Amino acid sequence: MRVSSSATGPSAWSSTRAMRKFLALSSVSLFGLLLLLSFLMPLGYMFTTSFKTIQQIIDPAASLLPMSPTFYTYAGQEYPLYNVPTPQGLQEWALYRKGREDSDFIDPANPSAGPIKWIGRWRTLEPVVHLDIHIENFGIALDTVKFPLLFRNTFIIAIAGTIGTLLSSIAVAYGFSRFRLPGKNALFFILISTIILPIQVTLIPKYVFFRVIGWGGTWWPLIIPHFFANAYNVFLLRQYFRSIPKELDEAAMLDGATPLQTLLYVIVPQSWPVITAVAMFHFFFAWNDFFEPLVYLQGKEDLYPISVGLTQFANAFGSRPELLMAASLMAVALPLVMFFAAQRVFMQGIVITGVEK
Amino acid sequence: MAVANSRPQSALKRREITWGFVFLAPWIFGFIVFTLLPMAASLVFSVTRFNLIKPEEGFSFVGPQNWLRLLSDPQVGQSLLISVRFALISVPLAIIVPLGLAMLVNSKNLIAKNVFRALFYMPTMIPVVATVLIWQGVLNSDSGWVNRFIQWAFGAEGPRWFQDERIVLLSLTIMGFWGVGGAMLTMLAGLQNVPTELYEAAKVDGAGPVYTFFRITVPMISPIIFYNLTLAIIGSFQYFVQAYIISAGRGDPNGSTMFFNLYLYKTAFSFQDMGYGATLAWLMFLIVLTLTMILFRTSGRWVYYASGED
Repeated sequence: MRVSSSATGPSAWSSTRAMRKFLALSSVSLFGLLLLLSFLMPLGYMFTTSFKTIQQIIDPAASLLPMSPTFYTYAGQEYPLYNVPTPQGLQEWALYRKGREDSDFIDPANPSAGPIKWIGRWRTLEPVVHLDIHIENFGIALDTVKFPLLFRNTFIIAIAGTIGTLLSSIAVAYGFSRFRLPGKNALFFILISTIILPIQVTLIPKYVFFRVIGWGGTWWPLIIPHFFANAYNVFLLRQYFRSIPKELDEAAMLDGATPLQTLLYVIVPQSWPVITAVAMFHFFFAWNDFFEPLVYLQGKEDLYPISVGLTQFANAFGSRPELLMAASLMAVALPLVMFFAAQRVFMQGIVITGVEK
Repeated sequence: MAVANSRPQSALKRREITWGFVFLAPWIFGFIVFTLLPMAASLVFSVTRFNLIKPEEGFSFVGPQNWLRLLSDPQVGQSLLISVRFALISVPLAIIVPLGLAMLVNSKNLIAKNVFRALFYMPTMIPVVATVLIWQGVLNSDSGWVNRFIQWAFGAEGPRWFQDERIVLLSLTIMGFWGVGGAMLTMLAGLQNVPTELYEAAKVDGAGPVYTFFRITVPMISPIIFYNLTLAIIGSFQYFVQAYIISAGRGDPNGSTMFFNLYLYKTAFSFQDMGYGATLAWLMFLIVLTLTMILFRTSGRWVYYASGED
């Protein structure tokens, strides 16, 4: 970047160098752009499909955009419009009579002239299309998936769990970062190794236990365990807490603050970025979580979160891609908006948990 | 003086320990109640007959019967084989793809790097269920954009991505590319932490880009590759959600997506056979544990830690 033609003057050497730099920049950037476009292409599919009719989806000749053929009404009948090459240039004419080698067209600009004979194969002509979007897909999906209910359920589960994981993980992370305790390293090792523990190995007894105490088919199994901290969140918070100078809490302690007060008035106010990140991680986790709601809420449709509700909808409406995509679009909108709003905090959190371990 | 001092000192120490464990208490309690006891319980379940929809059979000790059943149950070997095949396809790509992307978004020749980073990461935020639905649409053999592109560009019919049992695992792997964002970001951070002097020295010595990549870049970020490799291997054995959604838990086409975890789910939660389900869960745990231990054992040979742990 720093070596540019302006520094060394317009010599031949520096201009080849600038040229090469420009070539590298444009080829890498172009490659990146193409890769990104193909990577995100399915989002384009989702977006356009959600506005289509099934006809626009299954027609192999149809546009990728939600387009429909345009018709012209002549003498009480509808005829499809085509782009017809004529001596006057390309004209939008309606196909009145289909023939193999020649066909009759109506010129909408001059219908009274009657059918015009055109020599050539009409199948080679481009049909005239217009944008034909179907917003009603969203309404249908909204009603059939019962989206308001699913949203409400997901929000309740996500927010309750977020509160739980914040309260507990902050406390535990504080314990791991600030206190000299016997066996602390061993405990921390156990905490971190729970990351690789398959949830299946604890799931069956938990399921039986929750059923026995009457929590089967309720939200409690999805919420209560989060009040007991988890490895990722504790790790992330602990890394951050360790970067806060110890002198600050020592000063508070000297002023007679208890450790709890120190946590609340010294540590927490300085840790909003990481607390936000943890809250968002949990919110996304709950939004995404599929396995546990599937197991614990089996059959309780009124309690389903979006993930399970959407799957059920997909099973029933597998032959209606436009409705599935409209529903998917509604399910991804909020996470994506939240991601872009807090992208920096979020991506930083991923890096800390992934790199420093 | 020393004697007089030691009493408040130890009182202070006791106070620190008490408070410390008060703060750790939620996790210790949760670990015992939601991890340790259930693990023990599931080991106990594995030597019992315990079916929730057949309560008349009760809860009875059957010895190693469930464990022996693992050997005679053809589904166990088959579903494990599916998981292994899936791991062989998806794990290498789960390292190569994010590493490639990380190098791209770290390139000094890429404009608007931050935009690229955020956008390559973005699909990770999309709920898995929606990801599966979207990819099922895009890879639909008739109306999907991928096959329409193949038709348009090559005039040939594209593969039947989710109906052909020979390629369905590949289709699932491709779908998984939307989840590489996290690995990409950690690898990017690793790349940025490689001291530039190393590259400069290599350049002075006349090293080419391939040599630099394998002799400097890869060793320097090997701890991050190791971390992602461990997660990818464990993840491929625990693969469930996507497989469940593409065929509503049936393992279609023709049983080719009946992953081990899907079989476990059906055993425990469709047939409510908790005893055998717990046995399958423990088998999975032992497999994951063994793989992790093998990885950690071999890691000394290829993972390079620049500085010791603090």
